[in-house]
Order: sequence, then C-alpha cells, then structure tokens
Amino acid sequence: LIPAIVVFIYLAIVLYIGIFAFRRAGGREKAEDYFLANRSLGPFVFLFSLFGTNMTAFAILGSSGHAFTNGIVTYGLMASSSGLVIPLTIFLIGTRVWALGKKYGFMTPVQMFRDRWECGHIGTCIFVVQATLLVPYIIIGIMGGGTTLNAVSGGRVPYWFGGAIVALVVMGYVFFGGMRGTAWVNTFQTVLFLLFGAVAVVVIGVAMGGFANAVKAMQASPALAPLLTRERISPLYFFSYTFIPLSAIAFPHILIFCLTARKMAQFKKTVIFYPLCILAIWLPCVFLGVVANRVTDVPQIRAKQEARRVLATQGKTMTPEARDELREQSSGDDVLLRLLERYAPLWLAGLLGAGIMAAVMASDSQILALSTMFTEDVFAYYGGTSRFGEAVQVQTGRIFVVILTLLAYAVALRAPETIFELAIQYAFSGFAALSPLLVAALFWKGSTKWGALAVTVWTVVAVVAVAVFQSMVPAPAPGPPTLIYSLGGYEIVTRTPGGTAVLGFMPVVPMVIVASLLMIIVSLVTSKPRAATLQKYFP
Amino acid sequence: MTRILLVVVVTALYLLHQDFWFWRTANPLVFGFVPIGLFYHACFSVAASLVMWLLVKYAWPAHLESEVEQQQPEEDAAR
Repeated sequence: LIPAIVVFIYLAIVLYIGIFAFRRAGGREKAEDYFLANRSLGPFVFLFSLFGTNMTAFAILGSSGHAFTNGIVTYGLMASSSGLVIPLTIFLIGTRVWALGKKYGFMTPVQMFRDRWECGHIGTCIFVVQATLLVPYIIIGIMGGGTTLNAVSGGRVPYWFGGAIVALVVMGYVFFGGMRGTAWVNTFQTVLFLLFGAVAVVVIGVAMGGFANAVKAMQASPALAPLLTRERISPLYFFSYTFIPLSAIAFPHILIFCLTARKMAQFKKTVIFYPLCILAIWLPCVFLGVVANRVTDVPQIRAKQEARRVLATQGKTMTPEARDELREQSSGDDVLLRLLERYAPLWLAGLLGAGIMAAVMASDSQILALSTMFTEDVFAYYGGTSRFGEAVQVQTGRIFVVILTLLAYAVALRAPETIFELAIQYAFSGFAALSPLLVAALFWKGSTKWGALAVTVWTVVAVVAVAVFQSMVPAPAPGPPTLIYSLGGYEIVTRTPGGTAVLGFMPVVPMVIVASLLMIIVSLVTSKPRAATLQKYFP
Repeated sequence: MTRILLVVVVTALYLLHQDFWFWRTANPLVFGFVPIGLFYHACFSVAASLVMWLLVKYAWPAHLESEVEQQQPEEDAAR
C-alpha cells in the first residue's frame, strides 16, 4: 500500500501546483494568459515541460514493453532517431512559429494556416483531422492512469477508481491552471522521472545480481541472444522509423507549446539538451525492458515469455484470434512495473510509480491543446469571442476541458485498450504526414491552400486505408511477412506481424512522400495568396 | 559556407543512424554489460546534442528575434 500512498501524495502535489498557477494568474481571464501562459515561460520550465509533454505513457511503459519483446533495437528505432529529428524540427520550425505567433498573435497552428493561405473552411478541415488524431491519446492516458494505480497498489485500487482519480486530477489542474499549471506540472514530472529513473536502474541491477550476469546469460540462450542485437529487424523498417518523429512538431500540443516561450533564446537550451533528456529517460527504460527477459522469479513475466514461445512455435497453425490473444498476453507494457514491484524497496517503488504516473498523465497538454484549438479555431473564428467577450471564451475553454475529460473517462471504462493503442500508432503516421503543411507554410512561397487541403485529405485517406487493411488482413505469426500484392516480381504490399510494409518500408514513408508531392503538384497548378500576405511571411 | 557545412554534418549524422555494421552482434559488451549496438546509439544521442549545439551557435535565426523585438516597441508606442 505504501507505493499507492506515495502516488496519492504526488497527485495531491500536482493538483496543488495547478491551483497555485491559477492564483498566480491573479484572476485574469485573458485567453492568451490561460491558453499560452501569457507567452512567458522561462528556459528551464520551457525545456522540461516541452520534453515532459512528449514523454507519454507510450514513451515510458511502451518503450520498456517494446524492448522486452524486440530487444535493444527499441532505442535506435524510437529514441536516438527522435533525439535527432525532434530538436531539429524545433530548431527549424518551432522558432519560426514562435516568431509568427509573437508578431501576429496566433495561438494555434490552424490560425497560422488560415492567415498564411487565406482560407477559412480548409483550416476547419485541418482542425477536425488534428483533433480526431489527438483524442485517442487522451483516452489512453486515462486508461494508463487506471492501470498504473491498480498495479502500484497491488490491485487494491480498482481500475475504474484509478482512472477516475487521474481524470479528476488532470482535469483539475488544467481547468484551474491552464497552460501555466500544465507547464509547471510537466516540469515537476520530468525532473522527478529524470532523478529516479537512474536510481531505479542501479537498484534493480543490484537486486538482480548485476547486469553483467544477466546479459551474459542472455547471450548464452539461443532464444534471448537475438534481443541483444537487431537481427530480427530489417534495415528498411529501421530506416522507416526515422520518419515517425516528424509527427512531434505537427502535434498541435507541441506546436502550441512552442508559442509559450518568453524569448526565442529559450529554444536554445531545449534544442541542445533534448537528445540528452531522451538518453536519460529512454536508455534505462529500454535496458530494463531487455534484461527483464532474464527474470525468472516473477510469474507475470514468465507467463509473457511462455505466451511468446507458444506464438513463435505454434503461431502458424493458430487462428488469427488466438494469435492476437497470445500477442496481448506476451505484451510487455507492464514489465517495468513488475520489476519495480519485485526488486525496488517500497519507498522507491512508490516514487517511481509516481514518476510513471507522471508520464501517463502527459495527456494534460493534449486536453489543453484541444481546448485551445476548439475555442480559437471554432468558437472565436465563428464569432463567439466578438459576441460574448474574451472571459466567456476562457470559460468555454474550461467547460470544454471538463466535457472532454468526462467523455474520455466514459470511453476508457468501456472500450478495450488495444483499440486506442492501435489508434495512437496510426496517429503518429498521420501527424508525420501532416508535417509537410508546416514546411510548406514556413519555407515555400509557392504553397497554396489547395495544396494544404490535398495533404489533409491524403492523410485521412491513408490513415483510414491502413487501419481498414490491418483489420481485414490478420497479422501473420512471427516470421516472414504475408505477401498481399506484388508487381513485376517486387513485393509491393506485405502484412507483417507488427503491421504493414509498402516496398519493405513502414506506411509512414510513402505517406510523408506522397503528402509532400501532393503539396508541390497541387500548389503549382493553383493560385497563390495575395502579395501582401506573402510579404508578411517572406519579408 | 558555414550553412553548407552544417547541412553536411546533419545529413552525415542522419546516415550514421543506419549503423548496419553493428546489426548482428552484441559484442563487445561495453562496461561488461551494454551491447555495442545500444552503446552506439547512446553515443549517437550525445552526438546529436553536439550537432544541435553547433546549429544553435552557427545558424541561429537571430533575424526572427530582431523582427519581433522591432515590432514590440512599435506596438507599445501605439498603445
């Protein structure tokens, strides 16, 4: 019960931070103050909260779970590529968006697109697609909260109650604190995880009898040795993954966050230290996920390994449903929690449970971003603010936060988690495919609103097509992929155990390339914005 | 010239991410327990940070900042 008490104390602290931020705002009901912390965040808060915003449950629990199943490749796939691409996009795109936001008062990406390309309803289309792709994150955050509280309390806190508490706490500090509260909470959470992540590695390593022994034993086992290399992953798949981090800058909550810096100089530390923060958090999670395979005295981990073994040896003769069930059983998303439960002393398990809780609660930024987008891109754009005033706009944003959180909680109670995990995978590719919008808006004078519409429609079509394809064609057993379509001896589309491949690449690669081509081709044959508008963006 | 060099450095780093030379081996184990493929990518993260430092030092878009600063006093005066 002690870990659960520590987590509850942590939740009380973050709620207090949100309310403290509300008091700090001094009752000002200005939209810019509530939604963007008055564009006043300093370098320390800006770095840690931007990083914390990106560190979701998927990053912490998902990384160790992925490493448990796939081995050390997880770090190269997801962490080191993000450590290069994300700060690079913040440097190239984030700084420019910040400057335009400061100059012209933009608070959302859609406001900028509407102004840049002189469009109205196309901007609304972009808003709808962004919002639809973002919603699964909020739901999965609440689900993660319920699961984590249930695990750290040894099952004493039921899933529905844990999810409700997390939903209420997040709703509370977003409702009261707005962007300021969210940024402070994210900073607190990131510092907590950075501090205790390294401690966890040392404590678990010592308790396991040293990592050197565990790794050498894995090398000696034919079933586990491949997890210490990348021989089970194709180089094309590995390369494809470098396209996924393009999604980060296209996420509305990240781009909106870029508008909160007081000065552009704040970006300097963020850009430089971002890869090191990724290193500090992902390396322990991935390494612990890999060595969890050597743990023999935790029944839940043994059950996962047994499910994986059955899948590998008998998967080909099973029905797709039986394979899916075994995949679910072998999933390692809770291995980090199991290791803590088994090896960490109670106080540390509690602190790390709180750290994991912090990552799970990263849905706060997404809730606030959706609220900002709704009030700015819909409420204000269609005349709400001019008719009712800015104070009503802020209140509308707060009401939106409450309704969205309650709806997400209701869905989290009823729907299976795997659906939303899948939706998040599609969303990453979807946001990556939307990234050409930003590049074209900021760097290419010749881009047009019709090019933007083509990119948006293509993104929707591609995401839906991949989702439908994967639901209709069951995933094969571990081993070679199933060929679906070939041309001239080349394998064009294949169904892999983990998803889909197009010419051997993940779908995100053709999605981004086609989106970029559509932006170029459609823009070349359609009319450009007025010279005065172009002058604003390309002085 | 500096910009071209920086583009080359960033491109080279992106290509170095595809380290096919450590694909099928865990050895040597760095510090006795870190597989070489994992250690390489940890070092890659440090290299990415250094490249970001180079970008910030030599290609910082200072003109954006000055444009904003120029506009702020004008707005303040207008109020």
